[in-house]
Amino acid sequence: MTDTVTLTIDGKEITVPKGTLLIRAAEQLGTIIPRFCDHPLLDPVGACRQCIVEVEGQRKPMTACTTEAADGWVVNTHLTSDVARTAQEGQLEFLLINHPLDCPMCDKGGECPLQDQAMAHGNHHSRFVDEKRKYDKPVAVSAQVLLDRERCVLCARCTRFSDQVSGDPFIELFERGALEQVAIYEDEPYESYFSGNVIQICPVGALTSTSYRFKARPFDLRSTPSVCDGCSAGCSQTVQARRGQVERQLARTNMAVNEMWNCDKGRFGYGHLTADTRLTSPLVRSDDDGEEPVAADWATALTRVRSILAPDGEVVPTAVLSGGRLPDEDAYVAGKFARTVLGTDDVDFRTRFAPASEGDALAALAGRDTATYDDVEQAGVVLTVGLDPEEEVPILYLRLRKAWRNTKARLVSVGASSGSLAELLWRRLPTDVGAEAAVLDDLARALDRDGDDADQSSPMVAEVADALGSVDRPVVLVGERAGDGALAAAGRLADALGGKVAWVPRRSNARGALDQGLAAGLLPGLRRHDDDTQRAEVAAAWGLDELPTRGRDLHEILTLAGKGKIKVLYLLGVDLVRDVADQRLVDKALRRATVITHDIVANATTAHADVVLPVTASQERAGTRTNWEGRRQQFRPGVAGPQLVQHDWEILVQVTGMLGHDLGFTDLDGIRADMAALAPIDTTPDWPAAADRSDTAAAADDGDDTLTADVYPLLLDNGVHQVNAPDLAATAHDPHLRLHPDDAAPLGVSDGDEVTVTGGKAELTLPVRVTPDQAAGTVFVPANSTAPDQVDNPRHLGDRVTVAAVASGSATADQPVEVNA
Amino acid sequence: MEFLGPILFLLLVVVLVGIALNTTVLGRGMAMPLRQMLKKPSTSQYPEQPRPVTPRFHGRHQLNRYDDGLEKCIGCELCAWACPADAIYVQGANNTLEARWSPGERYAEDYQINYSRCILCGLCIEACPTRALTMTHDYEFSSDTRRGLVYTKDMLLAPAPEGAPDTPHRDKDVRERGHNYYGGKAVSPPGLHGGDHLPATARTMSRASQVLPMAPESEADWGDAPGREED
Ligand code: SF4
Ligand code: SF4
Ligand code: SF4
Ligand code: FES
Repeated sequence: MTDTVTLTIDGKEITVPKGTLLIRAAEQLGTIIPRFCDHPLLDPVGACRQCIVEVEGQRKPMTACTTEAADGWVVNTHLTSDVARTAQEGQLEFLLINHPLDCPMCDKGGECPLQDQAMAHGNHHSRFVDEKRKYDKPVAVSAQVLLDRERCVLCARCTRFSDQVSGDPFIELFERGALEQVAIYEDEPYESYFSGNVIQICPVGALTSTSYRFKARPFDLRSTPSVCDGCSAGCSQTVQARRGQVERQLARTNMAVNEMWNCDKGRFGYGHLTADTRLTSPLVRSDDDGEEPVAADWATALTRVRSILAPDGEVVPTAVLSGGRLPDEDAYVAGKFARTVLGTDDVDFRTRFAPASEGDALAALAGRDTATYDDVEQAGVVLTVGLDPEEEVPILYLRLRKAWRNTKARLVSVGASSGSLAELLWRRLPTDVGAEAAVLDDLARALDRDGDDADQSSPMVAEVADALGSVDRPVVLVGERAGDGALAAAGRLADALGGKVAWVPRRSNARGALDQGLAAGLLPGLRRHDDDTQRAEVAAAWGLDELPTRGRDLHEILTLAGKGKIKVLYLLGVDLVRDVADQRLVDKALRRATVITHDIVANATTAHADVVLPVTASQERAGTRTNWEGRRQQFRPGVAGPQLVQHDWEILVQVTGMLGHDLGFTDLDGIRADMAALAPIDTTPDWPAAADRSDTAAAADDGDDTLTADVYPLLLDNGVHQVNAPDLAATAHDPHLRLHPDDAAPLGVSDGDEVTVTGGKAELTLPVRVTPDQAAGTVFVPANSTAPDQVDNPRHLGDRVTVAAVASGSATADQPVEVNA
Repeated sequence: MEFLGPILFLLLVVVLVGIALNTTVLGRGMAMPLRQMLKKPSTSQYPEQPRPVTPRFHGRHQLNRYDDGLEKCIGCELCAWACPADAIYVQGANNTLEARWSPGERYAEDYQINYSRCILCGLCIEACPTRALTMTHDYEFSSDTRRGLVYTKDMLLAPAPEGAPDTPHRDKDVRERGHNYYGGKAVSPPGLHGGDHLPATARTMSRASQVLPMAPESEADWGDAPGREED
């Protein structure tokens, strides 16, 4: 038995792997057989009958998209066979019988496969004279997706996508024959984070987008390949602009990353570029405090920055906080700026309070060959730790789902919750919030013991350990919420298994900031501050005798700023008020320190700043971004952006100049050359050793009446980059709390009831979902989904909170009911 | 015989001048005014008396209307697509229940022709699917500024016919006039943009709720489909 078959298509011989569909084999010869329903990433259905070819010796013409090539076949396509050509023409005539032909109105006009194929393969006359089928035009499938059933060719691409890829089977085909139509279930709204993809793959204008409705024609649009900055998935996308304004974003095929998909946040979330709250000129607060900052020109603003940073010629103690927005180049410039110009190592790209051990674990991670999307797909067993992929990195969720569906991969989650991944899980190892490391160590021990009868670990742990051991390259994905030591524990586990680990942060370029050393103790090119040679290398490259002493992390920086020890906070696209959990700390720091911030859109922090410098958004600039895999991808500007905005690095170069220094570059190529001089060194640091957890384990179970808050944002929330995109906002999932049934029962609440969480002075009331997917003793709280002014939520991951049912008419529930954790 | 020499010489001069007048450019040029002096003048009295142009003359464009005042242009941009000089700018938009400019879902929110680019070839007219765009016989539209050569929608749109209201119309009024330009079931432009979006579940849309073909409740419901009567 050979693995290949040899056949002849249109007289040309070709050898393809067994199982190749005829339509794919023909493509390899350069013959494009017309098709509508065929899609390389969806299971074949043969719904549209457009791809008919003639196979010698077969009784009837066959559909090329469902027929596997067989050895010795002689296939004739429309190019050489009259039978195939007539069949295709006839099929097109059928498809057009009920098609409204309202191309001039239709948003697909000009880029429509039906138009193109009717021109290329159709018979130019219709014999149909009767009344055409008519439906309401259009029907809103969701706020974002409009359905025009008259135009549908019933190819079932959309329904197959929903069913096979995204797993939101809300769109279905109903009825039969001429009445067959795409519809949604009456009682379930089509709520999907991936709905934009059905618009993109619909081969006709049956599914169109609300936000692009009647905005442009393809020939108006200037398309630029770009990389989405919505999350760390790093999806390739196409930015399409008309008259200097982004009108549409599409998923761009990148089989290694997002395949052919993207999520709605990436697709529709470009409203902030033109929002009313967009920062279009520098803002400076006049010296007498209390006023809002007012518009100023760049010269004034930069002079002000200089007088803030170096009032008497000496740079005052300053810290640089960056968030995860900065592209690689800007992250590098920010790091160099802080260390050489400001003379400080107080830099942090994180907006959460990381455990002290995280730095070492991240440094160990950065030097390694970490897991990729392909590894996830091939792994067989994937462990997710403290990660809710659909809400945090949606395209990773699609890949996990693909692995689950196509290779029956066994997915295991470790942590307090894994959101919608729960439906696909093979085993769940629930832990308290932040206590993931203990379970990972248990798994490592269970592997070690390897069949030892005196196994003390739970049967579930043993089972998962067996599964992990049974595959060649299991993958462990660690979310940024995972607690102290989890990343290191995951790394050790993966090493022991010969598998791969990856750290999956939420923000688009957190991994890039890490690689560029934008955290205290880390330096560009995987160098470490505590290694004398490596530190000297960086100092030499930057023309310094000695780098500043090792700096502090976000928590310490804010504490010191609140005490007046750090005088200036230099923020690069980080909204401290919204993003950092401890509001009191932030408040004090912002009040006490002078704040300089670079941002795209006005937010709660810019209102507190002394100088606000407007910067370009991702679509308006060039750069490189590193996704969670560590994959670097360059992007180019799709639009120019407002006149007065500048790139982050441009501003930093100018500020450097005003302070009498020189960073050594004045353009992007210069920065890249500078970065190349500090190319990553070849290093694989050891993972930090496991901590002794015997005392913490006991402490966690002290039997008090509180639950642990499992706080993280949903994909679509009140983020400032989602402003001015009302259709996108309308598809956000309703904010909710999640409780384990064991915790819900004593409260007397059931699914859908309103529940109040109280933590410290903050409280939040939301409907609750009672589900065993949430670990007992924890409660999920959405971070940034409630009213924008209500920033005083219990937002601190790991906070102890109380949960109480909201009085609902009956008098039973008006006292907070305490829960036994 | 002593006269013969001068006479022959004069004869030679006359012959040579005659040949020069007939064969050289200068000569023919000088002959033309001599001849014209004997003819009736034919000066055109423009601009006091403009002369009629040929029936198919390609003059300034016009955006036409239906008899009820609705605009024929649906903002499809096919004219802009067809234009070899890239002179046309169209921005489509969505008709709503409160404001309907044209039949159907789409209308031209903005429409401009830049006559410093337009070569008056008429390809846009051929492309227009609704006969919204035609060319008039007006050729008097020069300007001494570039801006003055950009004609906007208000300049191109034909005035509303006698008795018909200007656009936008309310969708309800259009229906009450008996026009249902879709010829099918009532069309509800979706409330776009967030707030007023009706969840899909609130619509009558699924399964057998749309049994087809729809019989009109009365003949009048069908109205007249927009024809191409000018064709
Ligand atoms: S709506 Fe589009 S994708 Fe879905 S079945 Fe119809 S033609 Fe295919
Ligand atoms: S998954 Fe992330 S990177 Fe991809 S489109 Fe969505 S937000 Fe952008
Ligand atoms: S004038 Fe005609 S072709 Fe041009 S946009 Fe309007 S309807 Fe379309
Ligand atoms: S492409 Fe083969 S049947 Fe549709």
